[in-house]
Amino acid sequence: MSVWDDVVGQEAAVRTFREAVADPRAMTHAWLVTGPPGSGRSTAARAFAAALQCPDDGCGHCHECTTVLGGTHPDVTLVATERLTIGIEETRGLVALAQRAPSQGRWRVVVVEDADRMAERTSNVLLKAIEEPPERTVWLLCAPSPQDVVVTIRSRARLVGLRVPPPEAVAELLVTRDGVDPEIAHVAARAAQSHVGVARRLARDPEARERRSKVLSIPASIRGVGDAVLAAGELVEIAQADAKAATADRDAAERAELLRSLGAEGETRLPPALRAQLTQLEKDQKRRATRVQRDVLDRAMVDLLSLFRDVLMVQLGAGLELMNVEHREVVTELAQSSTPEQTLHRMDAIGVARTRLAGNVAPLLAVEAMTLAFRPQVRQLG
Amino acid sequence: MAARTSSRAGIAWHATPLAPLVLVSGPEDLLAERAVGLVIEQARATHGEVEISDVDAAAYESGMLDVLASPSLFGEPRVVVVRRVEACNDAFLTDALEHLDHLADDVHLVLQHGGGVRGKKLLDAVKSAGHPVVVCEAIKKDSDKTAFVSDELRRAGRRADAGGVRALVEAVGSDLRELASAVAQLVADTKGTIGAQVVEQYYGGRIEATGFRVADAAVAGKVAESVALLRHAMSTGVDPVPLVAALAAKLRTLAKVAAMRGRSGMSAGDLGLAPWQVDRARKELGRWTPETLAAAIDAVAQADAEVKGASRDPRFAVERAVLRVATAAASD
Repeated sequence: MSVWDDVVGQEAAVRTFREAVADPRAMTHAWLVTGPPGSGRSTAARAFAAALQCPDDGCGHCHECTTVLGGTHPDVTLVATERLTIGIEETRGLVALAQRAPSQGRWRVVVVEDADRMAERTSNVLLKAIEEPPERTVWLLCAPSPQDVVVTIRSRARLVGLRVPPPEAVAELLVTRDGVDPEIAHVAARAAQSHVGVARRLARDPEARERRSKVLSIPASIRGVGDAVLAAGELVEIAQADAKAATADRDAAERAELLRSLGAEGETRLPPALRAQLTQLEKDQKRRATRVQRDVLDRAMVDLLSLFRDVLMVQLGAGLELMNVEHREVVTELAQSSTPEQTLHRMDAIGVARTRLAGNVAPLLAVEAMTLAFRPQVRQLG
Repeated sequence: MAARTSSRAGIAWHATPLAPLVLVSGPEDLLAERAVGLVIEQARATHGEVEISDVDAAAYESGMLDVLASPSLFGEPRVVVVRRVEACNDAFLTDALEHLDHLADDVHLVLQHGGGVRGKKLLDAVKSAGHPVVVCEAIKKDSDKTAFVSDELRRAGRRADAGGVRALVEAVGSDLRELASAVAQLVADTKGTIGAQVVEQYYGGRIEATGFRVADAAVAGKVAESVALLRHAMSTGVDPVPLVAALAAKLRTLAKVAAMRGRSGMSAGDLGLAPWQVDRARKELGRWTPETLAAAIDAVAQADAEVKGASRDPRFAVERAVLRVATAAASD
């Protein structure tokens, strides 16, 4: 057993990390781990952090390894945000923290799991700290691609690229780690495009599979403008319901916990002095809900992209394996009723909608513009 | 308005008397200011030279009132205006209550209270001692504004017909000060009865333009009108983001109603629309084809991205979207 067990299908990257742990000359003070969503960036970064602290270079069962992987090691700080961005105040705290010597381990490690979720101004706060960190501080930044962090950060860090793990490797992980039925694991791994987390959810949650099929059935159902707008409304509603399901319980629990710790449990009227704290909590929860909803919508769009990828493949007779094996009928139907140009145009529209969504456009409006491009009447490339 | 205030056992602002103590109470700033101004004016008319001191009750320091209002060596008459009694500190309350018992004849104390319960004890003491209380109630409703305008005109010795008053309230009614100065302007510049035409001449097109009015005009294909409204809306401080949202909502309604036409058994309630929205959209849909509607929605989505940072000039982005929507609607 070793800390690298959960890092699936990333032999080259793991080799680089192992060398750095073993040989001080191969080590550096700042790393940028990049790879598409689901390739296991944060898993890899955590494993690396554990290996750095472990006296045995990543045995996976000592005190150091387990505390780092569990997120409780005092010298390893894990930064992930549930909001849309990492705040500048939080980042300033990290810079201050990075100046301290490690308390017990060999290194002080700061893992920023969403380095792409930093505004440029926030990134600039990090520059000095990343350029000249104290002797025993290591920064591990994770982002989907090197382009997602500002160039000044990129040039100060060593780049490690993760690849998309092969679906077979993901399916195997699902079978061995989560005990999923091999056939379902295989379908899920393909449908999730090797995104480990999504594949796991698809394999274990029948409702998630149901929602995905619903999303994929949308393009074939659109005949006119009215349908498109209604379908967009439906899609956003699904996302909202999904996001609500994911956060509602947690919101209520957090609220109860806060009231309890304030000693205001069961009070109908909160004293004014405490109201501010509750408002703050509600604000945070709202931000989290926005983020979840947007993530869910984005995933739906990626699912649609995979569908059109399959359609295009059939249309061009490329003869590769389908991603959406269980939706073969939808794929064939769409492939027959449209031209490859139309398919490309539709994929473009999805891309535009994703960019708009990331740019804070009202979700419903962005999705409407996208579903409008799915209409069979749209022939020309936009 | 005079009738309304007298029923509340208070004095209207324009009847503010000169007295050793005047309480100006109520949230309407403009009227309170005028009442205070009247006291000072009358004091000047009576005494000639007067010394005026202005005190903020929130920043009051103990003993100040006595210093300002005690008889001076030269016996110069004085006006002491205490503002924001509704936010006064305890030192002021104590001093003021004490001061009520020995008011001087040549000192005119004006207390301005903006409403609320703070200082109620003082207010009650003032009222029960029989000092004049000027009431300045908030003017929010359109009927109040209309009454205000008529009142202003009557005191200036002028008249306006109902249409003129309504046009004026519609044009500049959002702010009472603006309304008052508009009345003053019309009184100074025009002769005879003020009608809707005169108002139109001075304040024409100055309509309170909201995002929905812009969207309505654009969807109806009125290109020039929609852009004019848009400029008005933006110059009166409407943010581009809600403007785009209004356009999007309007187009969404159209598309939904279009979908309803195609299939039976779908009611307005299912789509989350009110019946009047459906009727209206049905009429407006005559100008639209599926293609123009789709293009318009896309243009608005693009504009939404642009007003949220994808372009340098959000105002231009909105204007282009409005133009695109309006020309799409006008194109057949």
